[in-house]
Amino acid sequence: MLSKKEKELIAEICGKLTPVAEDIGSDALLRMFATFPGTKTYFSHLDISPRSPHLLSHGKKIVLAIAEGAKDISQLAVSLGPLQTFHAYQLRIVPTNFKILSHCMLVTIACHMGDDFTPVAHAAMDKYLSAFAAVLAEKYR
Amino acid sequence: MVEWTDFERATIQGIFDKMEYEVVGPAALCRCLVVYPWTQRYFGNFGNLYNAAAILANPLVAKHGTTILHGLDRALKNMDNIKATYAELSVLHSEKLHVDPDNFKLLSDCLTVVIAAKMGADFTPDVQAAFQKFLSVVVSALGRQYH
Repeated sequence: MLSKKEKELIAEICGKLTPVAEDIGSDALLRMFATFPGTKTYFSHLDISPRSPHLLSHGKKIVLAIAEGAKDISQLAVSLGPLQTFHAYQLRIVPTNFKILSHCMLVTIACHMGDDFTPVAHAAMDKYLSAFAAVLAEKYR
Repeated sequence: MVEWTDFERATIQGIFDKMEYEVVGPAALCRCLVVYPWTQRYFGNFGNLYNAAAILANPLVAKHGTTILHGLDRALKNMDNIKATYAELSVLHSEKLHVDPDNFKLLSDCLTVVIAAKMGADFTPDVQAAFQKFLSVVVSALGRQYH
């Protein structure tokens, strides 16, 4: 359950991330690959070395999707429809990995925002990313 | 036995050498209590945990946060036998404190976020990987004596 204040915090943070979506997204992915090497298995077809075009564009895509969803959180199930289908039938990424990437996103945001990433802001983003991940996994079965 | 590379040992030692225990410890515990409010169940006698501001101002939380962080020093001094080092603390958390071991991971994630916020760009993916490996070994050792 997200309060009005939390939705505002989330929108504010996502607003800060959008202009640097490429950097945030690729950073989060790199952290994930370094700390949880099993996640690399989903990227055997791409070049995921630091600053590679694949990594930058992929990171950007992910962050922009997350930021877009934050504009109207109550409509996530609608706005994520196509991505739900894609993840369920084509990508088939084990959903536990969503949690791992969410954690790495929070770490990236902390590195980026320092002390401005307060406990309350952290809680709000964690809740949003959990909700996002849950909706994304809805069509799996 | 856990294998540590020279990079991992140096990285982890480096983080703790610069550690401000009285700032980071309280910050990590406060963050855990705010982000995962169900963890407050173990702190019933800590007084006012009513909202984030109260938690951040609570002196008992601050003191305990510092204590917990110093608890990691044991692992740092015994990196080649973390399992045995925490046997006693594991029994304490299980038999006396009755803490669900899943919560150790939550606190370790919050500590990671606090360190990340402090170190900024210096908390590179490889540094994070080393730090998280260290914490996951500690977490595993703390959960070992639960039956």
